[in-house]
Amino acid sequence: MRLFRVSAAAALAVIALGLAACADDSSDGGSGGSAFKVGIKFDQPGLGLKEGSKYTGFDVDVAKYVAKELGHNEGDIQWVQAPSAQRETLLQSGQVDMIAATYSITDERKAKVSFAGPYFVAGQDLLVKADETEITGPEALTGKRLCSVTGSTSAQKVKDKYPGVQLQEFGTYSECVSALTSGGVDALTTDNTILAGYAAQDQYKGKLKVVGKTFSEERYGIGIKKGDTATCEKINTAIQKMIDDGSWQKAVDANLGPAGFKPDAAVNPPKPAPCT
Amino acid sequence: MGDILSKYDVLGAFGMTIYLAFFAAIGSLVLGTVVAIMRVSPVKVLQILGAWYVNIIRNIPLTLIMVFSILGALYILGISLADRQSPTFIVDNGVRWAIVALSIYHAAFVCEALRSGVNTVPLGQAEAARSIGLTFGQSLRHVILPQAFRGSIAPLGSTLIALIKNTTVAAVIGVGEAAGLMSKVIENETGSIQVFLVFALGFVILTLPVGMLFTTLSRRLAVKR
Repeated sequence: MRLFRVSAAAALAVIALGLAACADDSSDGGSGGSAFKVGIKFDQPGLGLKEGSKYTGFDVDVAKYVAKELGHNEGDIQWVQAPSAQRETLLQSGQVDMIAATYSITDERKAKVSFAGPYFVAGQDLLVKADETEITGPEALTGKRLCSVTGSTSAQKVKDKYPGVQLQEFGTYSECVSALTSGGVDALTTDNTILAGYAAQDQYKGKLKVVGKTFSEERYGIGIKKGDTATCEKINTAIQKMIDDGSWQKAVDANLGPAGFKPDAAVNPPKPAPCT
Repeated sequence: MGDILSKYDVLGAFGMTIYLAFFAAIGSLVLGTVVAIMRVSPVKVLQILGAWYVNIIRNIPLTLIMVFSILGALYILGISLADRQSPTFIVDNGVRWAIVALSIYHAAFVCEALRSGVNTVPLGQAEAARSIGLTFGQSLRHVILPQAFRGSIAPLGSTLIALIKNTTVAAVIGVGEAAGLMSKVIENETGSIQVFLVFALGFVILTLPVGMLFTTLSRRLAVKR
């Protein structure tokens, strides 16, 4: 009995210590130190892609430039994966300082987070096989099979606006690209930036093309904590500077250019909207 | 919470969840019974085949089977479960392949549940059945399986609850059930606790009665020995 009591007390002490250790860890992580935490996509070629320990893409280049202008060294940036469904939560809970992850500015989202920018205006477009001649735009889609991601804005828009189209939905765009290359679907639809990223990938080079007729406007902003106007102003200045000194164009060409993609010149480069 | 219910067809999405679960439950019960019979049969080849089925299917993630059914079976092998000219070709194929994938996957678990039920039947009964001249099929039909089903109600109930929840995996091939609608709501309204609560509650409402029903059934139908 005595032995049992002693060991029980010891076990409790160990658990308590363990909990204390956990608490210490999390408070350290929360207060941040000098690390600047940026949320990006890890799986979107041309925009935000993790390859080993390297991060590439247009969003990554913009985030690096902005971070530099905010006074952070490139080495201090800590990249955090920001999947679409978790972006607001990551910002609200302070797990990231800002998010540049194909983050379209919408009113619903503005109610929860603040946006700087836009730094790019994308639009919904179509990706087809390189030898496709019939599909020239959204109005030529009737009777065709189209692919997008389950529940995404692009998928919903197609369902609402083009009821004659059959829509295959998958969990990720990569599965849609597989279905497109195997001939299961005729086209893949989402933001033209994402499409250009896939078309520029080595294994699809020359096999896929972006149609180039956008039918929506997605204004990509940089998400920050709600109400942080000071940071928003600074980021806007940084974006404007990036556009003015030519780094913006360079980043577009390097990341999205290889597949022959040109951003819509009528709306790009955009003028950052005033912070509210 | 109210505006999610009024803005989106939550009931319709859960209707699709029930539709998938209903047909997949029938499919997996039939297929699982066949595999279970193979596993307890006196024929060695059938035993081995049944054991392979269970061990392979049980160890493949359902998501993989689901994605393969469309990307592999439909688009590459060309096995279509709907009319190619039909205007709802993709939707029909998605739903039907989802039912097939769910049936194939859960048949492995139904088989094991039934086999545990078979083991509750004392060996002497099978021997007695054979000694009065019943064939293997007759002894299975009249003596062993009726008792085996009654003995395996509880594990079958757990499998059914798992099946109902696993219908959410069908969202990866674009079937418009609850999880598919949830990703749509999150995309439009941003993810909040409310959204998760609505859908979690929906599943609890579906599965809780099933669990209670099967607990009662297993108590009332148990073979008293």
